[in-house]
Amino acid sequence: MNPSLKQARARAALYDSIRAFFKTRDVLEVETPILSRGALPDPVILSFSTQYHGHLLPQGDTFYMQTSPEFPMKRLLAAQIGSIYQICKTFRNGEAGRWHNPEFTMLEWYRMGFNHHQLMDEMDALLQVTLSCQAADRITYRDMFKEVLGLDLLLADIDTLKQCAAENNIQIMGSLHEKDEWLNVLMSHAIEPTLGMQRPIFVYDFPASQAALARVLPGEPPVAARFEVYVKGIELANGFYELTDANEQRQRFVKNNQDRAQANMPQMPLDENFLQSLEQGMPDCSGVALGVDRLLALQLGLDNIQDILHFNWLNA
Amino acid sequence: MSVYSTNEFKNGLKLMLDGDPCSIIENEFVKPGKGQAFNRVKLRNLKTGRVLERTFKSGESLPGADVVEVEMQYLYNDGEIWHFMVVDTYEQYVVSKAGMEDALPWIKEQDICLVTLWDNAPLSVQAPNFVVLRIVETDPGLRGDTSGGGGKPATLETGAVVRVPLFVQTDELIRVDTRNGTYLVRVKDES
Repeated sequence: MNPSLKQARARAALYDSIRAFFKTRDVLEVETPILSRGALPDPVILSFSTQYHGHLLPQGDTFYMQTSPEFPMKRLLAAQIGSIYQICKTFRNGEAGRWHNPEFTMLEWYRMGFNHHQLMDEMDALLQVTLSCQAADRITYRDMFKEVLGLDLLLADIDTLKQCAAENNIQIMGSLHEKDEWLNVLMSHAIEPTLGMQRPIFVYDFPASQAALARVLPGEPPVAARFEVYVKGIELANGFYELTDANEQRQRFVKNNQDRAQANMPQMPLDENFLQSLEQGMPDCSGVALGVDRLLALQLGLDNIQDILHFNWLNA
Repeated sequence: MSVYSTNEFKNGLKLMLDGDPCSIIENEFVKPGKGQAFNRVKLRNLKTGRVLERTFKSGESLPGADVVEVEMQYLYNDGEIWHFMVVDTYEQYVVSKAGMEDALPWIKEQDICLVTLWDNAPLSVQAPNFVVLRIVETDPGLRGDTSGGGGKPATLETGAVVRVPLFVQTDELIRVDTRNGTYLVRVKDES
């Protein structure tokens, strides 16, 4: 078959099955804006920006392209719209490679009243439908480090992590200062390639320092109610039992912008509309974002996402 | 010499790493959804041939290595070193035994080889991909066992030993792929 036609049919069939999946579960499809004057300040996720000139804004203004549809979708949740999903284009500057394209398609959904375990159940069902795979395994972040690398993260300090990296022949050029940076290095180099080879695996309860937009659960130590899904060594999705505390959310954003300042990166204007909707009250919910291009590539047995894009970013 | 950041990394780029010239042979962008970006890079040390793996934090950089590949004609060996010449300019270079290791089993005087220069000094020599060499010794293989695919060893005029089909005989010329040392075909003797 014509390869472009084959790609198009695979994508169309996947979208059909995703839409059918959510229809039976009474989750509503929505569409939200791609451009916003507020942006995610996370220093490791970089937005594209563009300029508006003309009617209503004669001085012009900077608009940012979404790195995920999270903020406007959460505004809809705060407006009591109920459980929703969206399939949309998202944009991340500087991310290009075998498994990255600076513009990519994301499936993001939110479930009212779900905690992250209930959302993992639902995601597991979706993966079984779309990948024809077995039910997924689950493991905590801490148990995963114990199982794969023999490290207990409660006891391991930075030097232990460095030593573990050296034992796994990981040689870093450049200096890493934070414990989380070393955890990410071990995760991406030594652990990820082993994850989800037979069936998908959910990794959950991340260190509180890697909470992003997840709530932190009390405990010894406290953990972030966050999960990721891996299939054949590829990170496919990231989910949260959502943080609904407006003050805590603002503090995390301010900390992000402080980290940016320290790294000589530009400050990002916060999405005040989003923060305001949190202040007015966000219902208890969980949400997850899944890379659709990666899902398609895995479905078709490919080892990259470039082969399922009709035109990759350098050829667009 | 210029400095290259991770954003400029690509296969074939020549860089200085730990004081040695290296060439990038693999360059993969790695980035967790919620984490820092890295380049996982495999480099070949052009002096030792060893393959090294390094992970570069995004934005790190390395100085470039002044490495070029130049076609040269192999002139002769004086017992200790090997002499080469750039045909266009008559410029001559000498190569030590260490630099000859890969090419030595395959080349004869007057062959055109690819010589890798670092700061204008030869690092290594690559034989032509295909060479025609004479067999100086091989078992006659008269029993005519043509069923097995194994073939037999044959010693070539340069000293290299390759496996050839049973019907190939001493004193015949054969074409060999030097990249993997395999026999390709018999060649008619033109002399």
